[in-house]
Amino acid sequence: MANADSIDPLFRPGDGVTVRAIYPVGHVRTPYYIRGKRGVVERLCGSYGNPEELAYARSGLPRQPLYRVRFLQRDVWADYAGAAHDTVDIEIYQHWLER
Amino acid sequence: MAHDHHHSHDDTHSHDETPHKHPPLRPDQDDTITYWRAMEIAVRGLLIKKGIVSADEVRRTVEQMDNRTPLQGAKVIAKAWVDADFRKLLLSDGNAACKALGMEEGFYKLVVVENTEKVHNVIVCTLCSCYPRWLLGLPPDWYKSRNYRSRVISEPREVLREFGTQIANDTVVRVHDSTADMRYLVLPKRPAGTDGWSEDKLAALVTRDAMIGVANAQHP
Repeated sequence: MANADSIDPLFRPGDGVTVRAIYPVGHVRTPYYIRGKRGVVERLCGSYGNPEELAYARSGLPRQPLYRVRFLQRDVWADYAGAAHDTVDIEIYQHWLER
Repeated sequence: MAHDHHHSHDDTHSHDETPHKHPPLRPDQDDTITYWRAMEIAVRGLLIKKGIVSADEVRRTVEQMDNRTPLQGAKVIAKAWVDADFRKLLLSDGNAACKALGMEEGFYKLVVVENTEKVHNVIVCTLCSCYPRWLLGLPPDWYKSRNYRSRVISEPREVLREFGTQIANDTVVRVHDSTADMRYLVLPKRPAGTDGWSEDKLAALVTRDAMIGVANAQHP
């Protein structure tokens, strides 16, 4: 749905995405360990106010699409000792994702 | 450092204090005013002084938070085990499922993840302590510890083993990091040997840890 308050989703379930490897200061919800890693969109969770803005009492608008992205553990941790098919699913806002 | 009042016979120093009329005291451990505790006390005092909230409202809210227990979550899980339609609703729209049971819908979007023979799910919040409080109550201390948060994400099988939970290698271990606006609940596998059980009886097998995913539901 086109809505001035929300940014349109760019990705669909099944799309491969890379988390941006950037290091801004402030309140950020993208954990360090996942930056620069490549995963697959599992689902679109909806659109939410940007926490990086909300944390400083700003409007958080326009809302950012939020995805659950699935990563293979062995792609996240070089020395992962568990099974090769183990995964980690993380919520990531669209402005942190690139193709 | 607090005074240590030893009265053992091998003390070499002389006793120049008068004898105590009370049993030996251990220093209180509830008097540490950390930066954030001071901040909370100051902000709460201001809110009350300005009439924005009352002391009773603050107390009541804390009481409500403390009164929520994993029994809420267990009810939801037991219902999903006996009612296929409800299970479908729970997995597609967790909040609607809570509402359908006449329970709190929850402020955050609820994502329910199902354990099967092929997938074992476990929940963490690596950034802080996000947790489906309306279904499970307050998170246990270990859930908030740096140890759990940093290790379950990078060596989940080892952490699960420490909790006494062995996951076969051909089962996928799927860690869910609640970093933003979702809250997660694990739908554990229904234990064998519970055919025909009532929801109440089943709910007693569903523990907090099974709904976080560090354990399985209890066996009858």
